[in-house]
Amino acid sequence: MAITPPPPRGTSRPRPGPPPAGTDHGTPPGGSREASPDEPRHLTSPLLLTLVLLTAVMFQGPVRGALAAPVMQSWMTVFVAVVVQALPFLVLGVLLSAAIAVFVPPSFFARALPARPALAVPVAGAAGAVLPGCECASVPVAGALVRRGVAPAAALAFLLSAPAINPIVLTATAVAFPGNPEMVLARFVASLLVACLMGWLWQRLGRTDWLRPPARSSHEGRSGGAAFWGSVRHDVTHAGGYLVVGAMAAATLKAVVPAEWLRVAAGHPVLSVLALAVLAVLLSICSEADAFVAASLTQFSLTARLTFLVVGPVIDLKLFALQAGTFGRAFALRFAPATFALAVAVSVLTGAVLL
Amino acid sequence: MTTRLNGQAQAALLFLLGATVLHAGLTDLHLRYVKAGLRPLLLLSGAVLIVTAAATVWYEWRRPPHPGEPHREPRVSWLLALPLFALILVAPPALGSYSATHTGTALQKPLGFPGLPARGPLRLGVGEYAARAVYDDGRHLRDRPINITGFVAMSGTGAPYLVRMGLNCCAADAQPVKIALTGEIPPVLRPDTWLEVTGTYTPRRTKDPVNDGPVPYFEVTRATPVPAPSDPYDGAWGG
Repeated sequence: MAITPPPPRGTSRPRPGPPPAGTDHGTPPGGSREASPDEPRHLTSPLLLTLVLLTAVMFQGPVRGALAAPVMQSWMTVFVAVVVQALPFLVLGVLLSAAIAVFVPPSFFARALPARPALAVPVAGAAGAVLPGCECASVPVAGALVRRGVAPAAALAFLLSAPAINPIVLTATAVAFPGNPEMVLARFVASLLVACLMGWLWQRLGRTDWLRPPARSSHEGRSGGAAFWGSVRHDVTHAGGYLVVGAMAAATLKAVVPAEWLRVAAGHPVLSVLALAVLAVLLSICSEADAFVAASLTQFSLTARLTFLVVGPVIDLKLFALQAGTFGRAFALRFAPATFALAVAVSVLTGAVLL
Repeated sequence: MTTRLNGQAQAALLFLLGATVLHAGLTDLHLRYVKAGLRPLLLLSGAVLIVTAAATVWYEWRRPPHPGEPHREPRVSWLLALPLFALILVAPPALGSYSATHTGTALQKPLGFPGLPARGPLRLGVGEYAARAVYDDGRHLRDRPINITGFVAMSGTGAPYLVRMGLNCCAADAQPVKIALTGEIPPVLRPDTWLEVTGTYTPRRTKDPVNDGPVPYFEVTRATPVPAPSDPYDGAWGG
């Protein structure tokens, strides 16, 4: 899977040969950073951003022409729609995670969670039911929890359960499946089960050196306000960048994959479950939104759609990229496939019992 | 080491993003991509982004980052410029005939049919006409003039459809409902033109070439081009 985000377009193009030398004629905004000894000489980013913006505005005519093809327009619309739909939830989640990181004392979590990790896992998993947030937000929150000294197994259980079983998502599921209220229960049970099992699995098999400790923000030691807004700025630009990657993937799939493929897949019981599981990973839809998409996939069985709802919030392309960015690639490469396999197995079992 | 965004550039990017989101939320632009219900959240998040940008500039001005301070701003942040360009420079249109012809009709049997005025002309949505025609045998539709507004899409064989896309959540899951047009259709039809058609019910049906879904016919007596509505999607169905 080509998860690595493509190099940002802006960085590759305008890189003129002789970089502005030293401090003498650097741009004023970046001036103070120019003196930094570890980044001796290159284009300052404000200057580069200005160049990219100007280039885009100057060439907007040809760009618009190139994008006028219907397939490109449809791609752009879906891309913008996914970003616009997810951005508010991302911003709210980042505010919450910054508030936890800055204003909640570390000792609070030590007291709130049981000392034994085996017990802390289900408590943290159930705590996900209280905090509304989508998966883009739960990754930075889980990172903040680990930074605050919470056992990684418990933080991971929270990471997996929070986007799937919070009240907003369960309400959306009930609205999307008016004729099948058991879908809500099945989603809750299966998602919580996956979260706890993964937490326990990490506790037994996980090694700390796989988990890159989340970078301590450079805002430690500052006043509350500076640290809070610094954290918000960092997380929005970071998670937002990965959201853009996920939106591009979803738009490409939506614009390129023919609808007939789905019809063929729906006819086969095993294939339909696997197809929707893979689709959930590829589409990277926010958990607030995925119930409505699942409801629209009427050709598929309820169990297959449950798989879509359980897999999507715990692992998809966007989450993988976010996890790799927050916890390190070594972690994400091990954690993601295990989560996927477990989520598919648990949803099939839950579907067999409840649906 | 290529260039990473420093605080100032991030502040500029966040400010532009916030302003763009506010602009999309304050105008009808957001209706091309998401449902109207997201608007308060959009405005809120746009405001938060602008405040974040302002706070960044304010705190860096009060206490500039000293040299040598670890500055690990992720390079992936640059990608945030892409939706910015897409919204400011291109502002892609709402999904239209291209998506409609590549997606099967999403017509589903509704839970019930609310009562209609017994006589006189009717104004119906594309989805409502299609549902009543297919699943209610057109019981209240016969022998009366009906008005429907939607955009034109052409099938592969050149047959004209009147379409409205419906949203469940955002444009990423938009699905069309289609009505096949017959009768006095204007000789030249351009895809994506918005039409208000007047005509009558006909029991004739066809199947969507994409997914074999049911598509009712509509007997057109008059077709007038109309401007695209501010909310191009059919809000009457879905969540």
